[in-house]
Amino acid sequence: MLDKLTLVKKSKKPGAVAFLLMITILLFVVMYSIGMIVFVNKGFAKPQMFMNLFISNAGLIVISCGLTIVMITGGIDISVGSVTALVCMVAADLMEHKGMSVYMALLSALLIGLAFGVVQGFLISYLDIQPFIVTLAGLFFGRGMTAVVSTQMIAVKNAEFLQWANAKINLPIGYTKKNGTFIPSYIYPTVVVALIIVILITIMLQRCNFGRELYAIGGNQQSALMMGLNVRRVKMKAYVLDGLLAGLGGFLFCLNSCAGFVEQAKGLEMDAISAAVIGGTLLSGGVGTVVGTLFGVLIKGTIASLITTQGTLSSWWVRIVLSALLCFFIVLQAIIAGVGGKKLKK
Amino acid sequence: MKKWLSVILASVMAVSFTACGNSSTATNGAANGDASAAVSAAASSDTGTASMKTESGKTITVGFSQVGAESDWRTANTTSMKDTFSTANGFNLVFDDAQQKQENQITAIRNFIQQEVDYIVLAPVTETGWDTVLKEAKDANIPVIIVDRMVKVSDESLFTAWVGSNFKLEGQKAAAWLKNFADAKGLKGSDLHIVDIQGTIGASAQIGRTEGLEEAAKEYGWDLLAKESGEFTQAKGQEVMESFIKQYPNLNVVYCENDNEAFGAIDALTAAGKTVGPDIKNGQIMVLSFDSTKAGLTDTLKGKITLNTECNPLHGPRVKKIIDTLESGGTVDKKAYVDEEMFSADTTVTQVSVGGENFNVTKLTQEVLDKRAY
Repeated sequence: MLDKLTLVKKSKKPGAVAFLLMITILLFVVMYSIGMIVFVNKGFAKPQMFMNLFISNAGLIVISCGLTIVMITGGIDISVGSVTALVCMVAADLMEHKGMSVYMALLSALLIGLAFGVVQGFLISYLDIQPFIVTLAGLFFGRGMTAVVSTQMIAVKNAEFLQWANAKINLPIGYTKKNGTFIPSYIYPTVVVALIIVILITIMLQRCNFGRELYAIGGNQQSALMMGLNVRRVKMKAYVLDGLLAGLGGFLFCLNSCAGFVEQAKGLEMDAISAAVIGGTLLSGGVGTVVGTLFGVLIKGTIASLITTQGTLSSWWVRIVLSALLCFFIVLQAIIAGVGGKKLKK
Repeated sequence: MKKWLSVILASVMAVSFTACGNSSTATNGAANGDASAAVSAAASSDTGTASMKTESGKTITVGFSQVGAESDWRTANTTSMKDTFSTANGFNLVFDDAQQKQENQITAIRNFIQQEVDYIVLAPVTETGWDTVLKEAKDANIPVIIVDRMVKVSDESLFTAWVGSNFKLEGQKAAAWLKNFADAKGLKGSDLHIVDIQGTIGASAQIGRTEGLEEAAKEYGWDLLAKESGEFTQAKGQEVMESFIKQYPNLNVVYCENDNEAFGAIDALTAAGKTVGPDIKNGQIMVLSFDSTKAGLTDTLKGKITLNTECNPLHGPRVKKIIDTLESGGTVDKKAYVDEEMFSADTTVTQVSVGGENFNVTKLTQEVLDKRAY
């Protein structure tokens, strides 16, 4: 069975994964290097600027990892932004108004994510409903429920939570100020969690049976079915995992903003999808890596960072540059898929 | 088939990119209260005096994180900052529009810190959630100046100063004007039958403006008939006014806490066959309003709104004053208010006094209106 799976994966666009990943990483390196050269006087070359990419996007990295998993199966999840808002709101509400501990808040965040994953996964895999529609309903539901919990902004003042949020981890690297004082770069625990998730999912996708099954389903659902894979169960698992990661990512997001608010994380799902696509995940499924997605998030962060540093451009340019990049990657993917298809026909 | 699907999905996504940032205007207006105010001629001349170079001659870099561009008030606020912190004035402004997202503002502030800007100016999208990032700014020894909305932080030393509107004073000024007006017309306190169309309950503008009226009503024995929220909107303002007209046929002063509510109230009054104007002795109903938007002042010019108290978005000069003080090694007050004017349809009252300080009331003319920035 495992051999069969390996076969399927090999026949499906060999090298495409590596190629797309390489382009993404190259793009990031080029972009960041340009930033370091052009804005060297504006602190772009400082290591902390790089760390900030992770600090600001820790939640998004985790959420995008979840999205990558469902996108590998050929699905999509656009509810993650609303799940994030709901998680932040419920966590803030539990800690501030219900007097619960930060552990309960974290647990409820994961449970919310899990619940979204289970319900959406069931509808998509066992009732064969389009993932787009199911998760669109999830998007509305999540945002609506957030407003039901509270339309007010809730600030988290829970001491332990703030301790988590503000626990700076100093790194051995840093930069030396003009007057000779060494300022170490720092990250927050959220970054560590996000990176661990990336590593774990990478191992899962590359080394575990479940990972290979995901690629097989995304590559060709029909042949995966004929090989005796339980397609529905694998899909279900993918969405549950995606939901869980959205819950966890939402909590990390909350650690960054320290607040629950109904308008929070609006459009986050689109950021996550674009990160995955830029990271080399095919929307049609079968191809994608979370390392690529990580770089997709970093590219998005770099664009935002470059435009903020520039200081006079409207921040809407972030969107414009992102859309251009997206187009570039989609076209690239279409070409690769096209070439692969022709080869198969021969 | 799959390829087509991906192309379609991608284009949907690209479209929603431009759409998703825009949707939060409504809540902002409410949270804000000051969402629509205006620019005054006096404040513009303030900008003029700011045009000298800073004494030391070095360029000061200011990072400004703005909420977005959701209202005219906000746009005027941004323009004021950009004009004040211009290259000609010896500044280098790094501007970031957060598109209504707090997470964008947090990211922008982190970016400012790495750029080692000299000052960070923050117009917060929300009141809360700033502890972590402001602490980072403090660790980097960068003074943070908050404008417009206040931030709620665990430690007050996380920001250096705040610049914004004094909503309580706005209310007190309007009340003082009403007192002077009544005296000038020979009206007793008990002759004033007032209804208050409040702003969104809990918004700082609502709290301050209501307090100003309530205190004066108690002091001067005014007949404050009722107060109810019009949620800063025209529709709700009209609805509330309609019910007031039915309940309190003897009302003669309507205190609206922003211009939009005043428009609604005027519509309701006109529809009920009443005339609006300052002659309350002869059955006219007087409307007082706040914000002084262009539309609001147009109604003031027509005499429909007798008094319009300004909510000034021109924070730039005030922020610059704080930075200048800090640059010369001085200390600044934690809270600084912008100067705000009053515009009246007639000249019955030309000056009011609140807490020993005098404020001029400008008789609104077409000329004054034309001079205003928006």
